[in-house]
Amino acid sequence: MDFFGLFGKKQKSGSVAKSRLQLVLIQDRLDTTPEMLEMLKSDILKVLTNYMELDEDDLDIDMDSGADGPALVANIPIKSWKKR
Amino acid sequence: MGEVIVITSGKGGVGKTTTSANLGCGLAIAGKSVVLIDADIGLRNLDVVMGLENRIVYDLVDVVEGKCRLKQALIKDKRYPSLFLLAAAQTKDKTAVSPEQMAKLCETLRQEHDYIIIDCPAGIEQGFKNAIAGADKAIVVATPEVSSVRDADRIVGLLEAAEIKNIRLILNRLRPDMIKRGEMMTIDDVVDILAIEVLGLVPDDESIVTATNRGEPAVADNNSRAGQAFRNITQRIMGNDVPFMDLEEAGGLMTWLKKVFRIGS
Repeated sequence: MDFFGLFGKKQKSGSVAKSRLQLVLIQDRLDTTPEMLEMLKSDILKVLTNYMELDEDDLDIDMDSGADGPALVANIPIKSWKKR
Repeated sequence: MGEVIVITSGKGGVGKTTTSANLGCGLAIAGKSVVLIDADIGLRNLDVVMGLENRIVYDLVDVVEGKCRLKQALIKDKRYPSLFLLAAAQTKDKTAVSPEQMAKLCETLRQEHDYIIIDCPAGIEQGFKNAIAGADKAIVVATPEVSSVRDADRIVGLLEAAEIKNIRLILNRLRPDMIKRGEMMTIDDVVDILAIEVLGLVPDDESIVTATNRGEPAVADNNSRAGQAFRNITQRIMGNDVPFMDLEEAGGLMTWLKKVFRIGS
């Protein structure tokens, strides 16, 4: 953990404004809500667990501003595949 | 055939009316025939910003309801003979006019004038729909703050949905000193987010307040930095390529004086 980063200089408010805006606009533009994203996550998880063992704490599914517009970015480490 | 340009923003208080007044005067100074329409029915303000509040006899709603002829409701500006104001009604509400009626009105006006500038009310409801109905171009005014940029983004989406394809941005109330310190979003930050063409950059300037106090738009004041910004925008609207003003220079002497003052105090 970046101890000094946490307690040292605060990020400038200009760049805080930009990153907050980018995130809120992803939701505005797609007309989504944080709740919808949570529902989507749990549905994706349901499907994936049919095929593989996952550690839910390591899951990272989120909206991001991609080069061609908003994107759903997922990083899902697999523990093992289920035997068929 | 004239151009119909709507000045809009979503959020209130970012400078739509000031922009409308300055661009209207700027275009008239450049010799163009201009009609300014205040589409903010119930909350009219373009008349006071223009200093024409004592000359209103008929308004937009009177025209639409056929209570007077269009020519009777066009208030001639006291300084520029080719500039006219069509005031909003103060005692009616937004439902007194329909988008179809606005479109028809703009169509009539563009036959005889070079530019029709519509000052759009804040919000995205009926007043907004009325204001954009007859427009073929839009200017979105935003300040570099999260709430303003968020609303501007929503407005751009709605304008695109209404098939207004020419949408340009005026970034208003810029504070070069704050941008330099990293405490205000940069021009690039806002343009990155909104992804529309920049028509103009207007510095935060006290002369806008004093000009509005007097009802004389700053665009006519050669000593006003914001006025210079609006003169540049006027040129760009007329299709002339004018470089963006150096905002650093805008804060130059004042920033220096303030620094000296702060050190001295």
